Amino acid sequence: MPKMPGMIVGLGVTAKTFFKTVFPDGPFSPPSPSKGAHTVAYPHVKEAPPDRARGVIALHDENCTACMLCARECPDWCIYIEGHKELAPPRRAGGKPRQANKLDRFDIDFALCMYCGICVDVCPFDALFWSPEFEFSELKLADLLHDKERLGDWMETVPEFGPYEAGADQKVRKVPSTS
Amino acid sequence: MLTPLALEFAYWQETIVKIVIGLVAVLLPTGALVYMFLFKMMSFMQSRLGPMETGPHGAMQLLAEFGKFLQKEDIFPSKADRWVFAAAPFVVLVSTFMLVLVLPGGPSAYFTDLSTGIYFALAVSSVSVIGTLMAGWGSNSKYALLGGLRAAGQLIAYELPLVLSVVGVVIMAGTLNLREIVLSQSDFGIWFIIPQFLGFLIYLIAIQAELTQPPFDMPVAESELVTGYLTEYSGLRFLLFFIAEFATAAIFSAIGATLFLGGWTIPFVDPTAEFMNYIGPFVLGIKMIGIAFLIFWFRVTYPRFREDQLQRLAWKFLIPLALFNIVVTAVFKVVF
Amino acid sequence: MTAELTLPADALANQDLANNAQLRYIASQAADSRINVELETEGMTLNIGPQHPATHGTLRIVAKLDGEQVIEAQPIMGYMHRGYEKLTEVRTYPQVTTLINRIDWVGSFANEVPFILAAEELMDVEAPPRAQWIRTALFEMGRIANIMLFLGDMAVQLGGITAVFYAFRDREFVLNQIESATGGRFHPNFNRIGGIKDDLPAGWIEETKSAMVKVREFCDEMEDLVVGNEIFQSRCRGVGVIPAELAKEYGLSGANLRGSGVDWDLRRDEPSPLAWSEIDWKVWTHPDGDSFSRYWVRLQETREASLMVEKLLDNLPAGPIMAKVPRIIKVPEGESYVQTENPLGAMGYYVVSKGELTPFRVKIRTASFSNMSITPWLLEGVYVPDIATILASLYFILGDIDR
Ligand code: SF4
Ligand code: SF4
Repeated sequence: MPKMPGMIVGLGVTAKTFFKTVFPDGPFSPPSPSKGAHTVAYPHVKEAPPDRARGVIALHDENCTACMLCARECPDWCIYIEGHKELAPPRRAGGKPRQANKLDRFDIDFALCMYCGICVDVCPFDALFWSPEFEFSELKLADLLHDKERLGDWMETVPEFGPYEAGADQKVRKVPSTS
Repeated sequence: MLTPLALEFAYWQETIVKIVIGLVAVLLPTGALVYMFLFKMMSFMQSRLGPMETGPHGAMQLLAEFGKFLQKEDIFPSKADRWVFAAAPFVVLVSTFMLVLVLPGGPSAYFTDLSTGIYFALAVSSVSVIGTLMAGWGSNSKYALLGGLRAAGQLIAYELPLVLSVVGVVIMAGTLNLREIVLSQSDFGIWFIIPQFLGFLIYLIAIQAELTQPPFDMPVAESELVTGYLTEYSGLRFLLFFIAEFATAAIFSAIGATLFLGGWTIPFVDPTAEFMNYIGPFVLGIKMIGIAFLIFWFRVTYPRFREDQLQRLAWKFLIPLALFNIVVTAVFKVVF
Repeated sequence: MTAELTLPADALANQDLANNAQLRYIASQAADSRINVELETEGMTLNIGPQHPATHGTLRIVAKLDGEQVIEAQPIMGYMHRGYEKLTEVRTYPQVTTLINRIDWVGSFANEVPFILAAEELMDVEAPPRAQWIRTALFEMGRIANIMLFLGDMAVQLGGITAVFYAFRDREFVLNQIESATGGRFHPNFNRIGGIKDDLPAGWIEETKSAMVKVREFCDEMEDLVVGNEIFQSRCRGVGVIPAELAKEYGLSGANLRGSGVDWDLRRDEPSPLAWSEIDWKVWTHPDGDSFSRYWVRLQETREASLMVEKLLDNLPAGPIMAKVPRIIKVPEGESYVQTENPLGAMGYYVVSKGELTPFRVKIRTASFSNMSITPWLLEGVYVPDIATILASLYFILGDIDR
């Protein structure tokens, strides 16, 4: 078989892509480029990031003991924590009141954050979680500093941890319920 | 040209009407081509959607672009040759508008009916080289200068195959007048693309180079020369270059359609009938879109040549081929 | 169209051929320059960069031109220096990985691995097999993500705009897989000393395999659209020829070296705890040493890597993914050097530890920096359009040069 000149084969590739884009369901169906194209018209159509995507950090503040581990391990020190000790009501009726650390301030400056995930990893009390939410851009740099309430609100968007691939030795963790 | 309207105009009125029609004749096909091919077809060939926000499927995108360019500051580089720099886009645009003058849209729908129509068109089209050189020189930028020089070398090199490829058609038709070329095609009963297929191919390659469309876009090669002679332009002046580039693409396609695809005629329909004056421009437009499709398809698919390869292609390959085509055509003309 | 085009495409392992092409090219250049000497034109200095479309980043090349011919070219780098070697001295070991995967930002998973291996060597821990296999698979996916960009970008540098859209389109499938496993599209930060952060999510292996099929379809498309194109071949064949000896002398690595016919691949030639030695695969070389052969080698490598990922995932061992390491990582005193075959070439970390929380000194050997060093020799005597071809075919990432 004689070889087709490469320039004609190339024209075929673009033409094929053209038809795949315009007629994704075959040549006899109505054209629908928005289905055939690989891009989406973003603000109208959104692609869901995977559950593990590191979008924004959510704080479950009941679990946080203000131990400062995350703030210390953060590579660019963008977590600001202040807390105080107070007496919490006893766990069982009739018990002694116990010492508890209460959070006064927990801010993450997302203008500095590198989204490395170290803080989420090191937290020993399951207080920090990744949420795949990504639409939190601001007009002012200073507004990227999320305080305790804002970080707490993200908890609603945290997906449950999915199951693992076969052969895995890990246990699936649980996301604490927010209500 | 206005006889079909059966109106009597004073000379100045007729001039104004002609200018308006001329503007429409240049800008409308240009806009259509840019939207259809540059925005949409190119996007689809690249698995994406293209402009979607302005109007249904982004149809108003061109107006938005127009507004954007108008708002931009008109920047002159320091130490630029101000007059040359400022005038260059207009020189390019003038050549574009003069091209449309000889294009016949129907048996009596034309601006002027020059007896040397096709040679007027080809001569005028090379005026744009001067504009390009002016832009390259006036910008006071090395990239622009290199781009301008490349453009000059390229346009001159491809002027020749362009002219020679047309000669075959002229020999067959026996006239230089574009309108009569069209009529002779319907006399022959066959569009010239079939007997002159070689000429058509050479014409396609040559206009691709003339228009500095990829694979012949070295004058504006963005990975080497930023954008060549356009580097320093902004705002309105850039827009003028842009319009000129694609308007010339439209007009060259239309000339190609006239020469090789029978212009405004439809097979088996009397080409001199009165109603052809009204349908003719649209028929021509459809044929033009057909040729422009090829131009833009090549543009999407191919990488560009190197400057020396381009010259070699023109001088060692296309010109001999075109001469061969002329000889063969002439022989056939004499024999039959 | 011309004589240069007729070099046989797949002629294998013939060293004379490369030299011949080189000689022929030099001869043609010399003939041209003779004309220029007769005309006695004045030279012109052209600054390509720091911001220029051909340098994809902030590289600057000062070229002395005679017409369109380059007489002398000097790369000037450092416009993007981010001081990672110094920064690592004040970051703890777990924090370092998040910094260094920004070095080569398109295939970033591969940046972490040699550093982690060096630290593991010092601490004398070894990650469990499952972790090593997942690491290797993600490493190869990083390579695919990186080289796919090159495959499209090279065509763009030559003016063929469409290829890069296909590259971005199909690279997306690979990036999505990297993201759904690691959580980060570009900066996975998935390696930990002693293993990896997390196991794979359910269903990932199936999805990844279908993404790999897409990668191979993309490779076929590139073969039709770019490699087969006569214009592309005429632009690349015989342009930027690097003879094998010279390539070794300049310390090139990766596909630039293999494109010159040197059969050298650290994945095969250096013992490594990663799983490369457990599966079979092929090292691709091409004898010509020109821009085309570098493109061709990378294309084959992408295809090979996608097959490797499939093989790795098919045979993934079960088990834990973390070895036992202390919570607070202190690396004992010592030095180690580990290099791996990264997408851009050999990348190595020389880690010196004084037994503290942070490294005492880290020296990073990146491939692009060495690959760059040949440009003055390579660019001498070529035409301006060839600068774009040669720079694109050498394929450097600015972050990898300046780090
Ligand atoms: S993700 Fe990394 S940079 Fe961001 S707050 Fe957590 S530790 Fe700091
Ligand atoms: S978020 Fe976790 S690591 Fe950070 S202070 Fe609270 S409990 Fe400690």
